[in-house]
Amino acid sequence: MKIHEYQGKELLRAFGVTVPQGFLAVTVDVTLQEAERLSFPMVVKAQIHAGGRGKGGGVRLVKNKAELQEAAKSILGMQLVTHQTGPEGKKVKKIWVEQACDIARELYLGVVLDRSRSRLAFMASLEGGMEIEEVAHKNPEKIFKVWVDPAVGLQSYQARDLAFALALSGNQIKNFVVFAQGIYAAYIGMDASLMEINPLVVTKSGDLLALDAKVNLDDNALFRHPEFKELLDPEEEDPTELEAQAHNLNYVRLNGNIGCMVNGAGLAMATMDIIKFCGGWPANFLDVGGGVTPESVTEGFKIILRDKNVKAIFVNIFGGIVKCDMVADGIIKAAKELGIRVPVVVRLLGNRAEEGATLLNGSGLSLTAENDFTKAAQKVVSLAKGK
Amino acid sequence: MSIWVNKKSKVLVQGITGSAGQYHAVACKEYGTRVVAGVTPGKGGQEIQGTPIFNTVHDAVKKTGADVSLIFVPAGFAADAILEASDAGIGLVICITEGIPVSDMILVKRALENRKVRLIGPNCPGLITPGEAKIGIMPGLIHKKGPVGLVSRSGTLTYEAVYQLTQLGLGQTTCVGIGGDPVSGTNFIDCLEAFEADPETKAIVMIGEIGGSAEEEAAEFVQKKMKKTVVGFIAGQTAPPGKRMGHAGAIIDGGSGKASDKIAKMKSCGLIVAESPATIAETLKRYLS
Repeated sequence: MKIHEYQGKELLRAFGVTVPQGFLAVTVDVTLQEAERLSFPMVVKAQIHAGGRGKGGGVRLVKNKAELQEAAKSILGMQLVTHQTGPEGKKVKKIWVEQACDIARELYLGVVLDRSRSRLAFMASLEGGMEIEEVAHKNPEKIFKVWVDPAVGLQSYQARDLAFALALSGNQIKNFVVFAQGIYAAYIGMDASLMEINPLVVTKSGDLLALDAKVNLDDNALFRHPEFKELLDPEEEDPTELEAQAHNLNYVRLNGNIGCMVNGAGLAMATMDIIKFCGGWPANFLDVGGGVTPESVTEGFKIILRDKNVKAIFVNIFGGIVKCDMVADGIIKAAKELGIRVPVVVRLLGNRAEEGATLLNGSGLSLTAENDFTKAAQKVVSLAKGK
Repeated sequence: MSIWVNKKSKVLVQGITGSAGQYHAVACKEYGTRVVAGVTPGKGGQEIQGTPIFNTVHDAVKKTGADVSLIFVPAGFAADAILEASDAGIGLVICITEGIPVSDMILVKRALENRKVRLIGPNCPGLITPGEAKIGIMPGLIHKKGPVGLVSRSGTLTYEAVYQLTQLGLGQTTCVGIGGDPVSGTNFIDCLEAFEADPETKAIVMIGEIGGSAEEEAAEFVQKKMKKTVVGFIAGQTAPPGKRMGHAGAIIDGGSGKASDKIAKMKSCGLIVAESPATIAETLKRYLS
């Protein structure tokens, strides 16, 4: 789960990580009121789940009340376009206003899972403000890493190694150790799946501050953090994907015209791939999961059909836990309830596939049953082209 | 021959009184697997469809000699279940459970270092040696005994590949689903190494997907250490970056983990890559004849 910068900063502060003083506002009036607590200069930052906000005009330094008012007015409600939002951009509904600081240096600190070692890696770089992928590509020697033994956590010597590599000195070393250990405690304490402080700034007085905070939370661990439910911003999510989740369906919208309904993530991806291989393009990824019911199949069809680009649907079920006749039952119910407007190609194999085929044949619906994977894909591609 | 499991394997099921545990314990038994015990804390002394239930894995191992554990306990308790199995001396632990927090798995992996235990999964379909033992949730009927070893990160896509193999008359020695999570026990290389050493396995099918770099590492292993033919497939060629495709580990992150990079690496290391998911078995057959 992705969260906003301001939420990330508030969570980090609770773990002792130093972040600038600031406040959240949704109107210009509130902005001006709350600003009484801080002093100028301040920074106004658009709160959307995307990077590159500064370049898109979503971050402004303001020196007085008039500038603050102007910045709040222009950022609130703007359609912010960054390299991560897509050309349509995202509407800004919240701003975070914080105390500006005297920046001496901008660094980078990130924590990621190193999958091949099954350990967390701390990554630091001298190129604060730049995207780490870009640094990794252009100047890999400027990235320093240490790996954490989960039995003992991040050790001081490891943090010091990074601090020296970042050319910190004097008190900054001790500050960095405290900072990095705060980050580690926060990562573990909130079951994060990614944390990036970019930039991590060294102020002119030698203090360290998280000037930005990108925090992703591990979806699998949300059950032990019920309080994190409030952090989800529905405005930032695709409403269809949220609705799918509520029905235990795993849906991702894509930009083609062939709707897919599949059981299992791997087969669902493979089904998208074979559509491309046969000259088409998928409209979505949809894994109905092992706990599928006739009702969730109907919900799946509703969700697929809401996408007006969909010209044909490919149902590909390989029954293991899933019973094919139950999926067939769901297809028939969906067709009766929704009046499916596009051709549907159905491939049922495995557990109770024959029973499923019998149900579909007796239903009077005009579905195309095809059990050969390639032929089924070719068929749905040509149907989507109106042939 | 086969790898890791055969008709002698004695299986206990952790979480046998839950609906999935119960259903699959019966399905495994019907296939011919020796399911000797179940474990559910607090239900020791009872029986479920002829299988005795114990309170602890220790008790179950002592009384029945079980050497494989199949885990169905819910995600919040699965790490504990894996460690309990290992502590009781179980040599092969297969964890079907989906949705275990990554931090739990990081700790489990650390705790299992230097212990004589093999963990398969989590978030996997399990493994099967056709005709001998099915220890997992795969449909047994589509499998057939034969010379092909199969390893995959996926569940249903594995069934698809097995179905294709069996249709073409290519049976399997053992099929292993290693699971779709970012941190898991047995990896591709472990399986490839075991298949390379198994005299009955003549060729291998390896099915990967987007996310991480396990396929690239496996491809290098094939190039350096293996003589047997390996046919591969990578799912997710049409997946967009930054989106999790069902599996927790199936995500293209910061430009890495792309299907095209994996396929290129596999080809450059001498693996044969099936272009379409419908031609995995056909591709293998072409290279075997």
